[in-house]
Amino acid sequence: MSLGRLARLIIRSGRAAEPAAPAPALLEGAGVFGGSVQVRFINVGGCNDCAMEVASAFGPVYDVERYGVRLVASPRHADVLLITGAVTQNMVQPLLRTLDATPFPRFVIAVGDCAITGGVFSGGYGIAGLVSDFVNIDLEVPGTPPEPDQIVQALRRMTGR
Amino acid sequence: MVALVQVVLFVAVAPVLVGVIRQVKARLEGRAGAGIWQPWRDLRKLLRKDPVRAQDSSWMLRAGPVALLVSSLVLCVLLPLVGTLPVPLIPSDLFVIVAVMLVGVVALALVGLDAGTAFGGMGSSRHMTVAALVEPTLLLSVYALSVPAGSSTLALIVQTRLFSPAIIISPVSLLALVALSIAVMAETGRLPVDNPSTHLEVTMLHEAMVLEASGRDLAWLELGSWLKLAALLGLLSNLMVPWGVLTDFSLPGVAFGVVTVVVKVLLLGVVLSVGETFLAKVRLFRVPELLAGSFTLAFLAVTASYLVA
Repeated sequence: MSLGRLARLIIRSGRAAEPAAPAPALLEGAGVFGGSVQVRFINVGGCNDCAMEVASAFGPVYDVERYGVRLVASPRHADVLLITGAVTQNMVQPLLRTLDATPFPRFVIAVGDCAITGGVFSGGYGIAGLVSDFVNIDLEVPGTPPEPDQIVQALRRMTGR
Repeated sequence: MVALVQVVLFVAVAPVLVGVIRQVKARLEGRAGAGIWQPWRDLRKLLRKDPVRAQDSSWMLRAGPVALLVSSLVLCVLLPLVGTLPVPLIPSDLFVIVAVMLVGVVALALVGLDAGTAFGGMGSSRHMTVAALVEPTLLLSVYALSVPAGSSTLALIVQTRLFSPAIIISPVSLLALVALSIAVMAETGRLPVDNPSTHLEVTMLHEAMVLEASGRDLAWLELGSWLKLAALLGLLSNLMVPWGVLTDFSLPGVAFGVVTVVVKVLLLGVVLSVGETFLAKVRLFRVPELLAGSFTLAFLAVTASYLVA
């Protein structure tokens, strides 16, 4: 794309982010983060529905980054683990290793019904258990999949902004 | 005294500069942006966390980030940012500055290698490749600028440009400044050499090396690289627009110098972020071509300074 066309596109599209909703109450204990939360996203065996909703929560329209949330590439940088799906046999080890590598204080958010109850996957032969069997969940975001808005609200309870 | 002011000022300004760069980029992308104070919040949060270090990592993971931070702080002392007054003990000589910068570069590369992960090693090797290509350009381009000043002390170069502004728009100086700008972008890991906001394996340079750092290690690494970015942008802006730089010590002069250098650095940050919005990252194997191009410009500048002037 030429520079001129890109410049016109930027001017024409203006601001894509939707107006911010009032901030929800800060989750107890999340005050240590002081308005800066780094998120590591893990899909431990879902259908990628929730992953798409998480991706759009971080997109320009919902723009959860404006509340001080950022998606990071390493669990060592993370304060919050965002987990979707029911834990499959193959993801047990990666999940445990990710938990090991995440520094304290940390919080765990389970996104979607599969992560909370197992959903349609519960009892499947490839399922090793629920997320709550391996780690203490601090916040649940129910839905199959949940709206990006709900994910944004859950993350805002971490930053308090 | 001025050196102390410079250090304190740049520690305060560097996160804000990064915040401004991210905010401008967010606005251009149609986002709302996290605000210019977000990097400060990130740092504060990182310092409150317990670092988790890989089992096989050594003392390097602890010492490396501090070494990078210290090298950046020394850079803030030596460079003529607020004023061109000489620092006692260490000359703000071109070679001293490049050497101090290299200490930070090597420390960062060792931190990347330390945990023994694939990404860290890959990032370090790329980082050293870029560093090896950038340092000669840095040396040569500043050398070209030093010819009219008759000294390789950066403070004197800025002072000469302040007193005879005609030098600034001479072809030699323009060539050298273009070469220096490309070298600084490569050195500080900005587009088109490295993408500071990416987490994609094929594109990571800086991000790949800091993957294994956490808590305060990560805080020092981030602050160290932000400081380097701010200091080098400050140097660039003072070479381009030397007005407002303090030459004789006086308190109102210091205040004026502080204000002008902050304005210059932040303005250059805005220009940088707008430019980055329009740029794509260059393919890794073409980075040497880009850097060789900037080296050629620097070489031409040096040649021209003897032929033209």
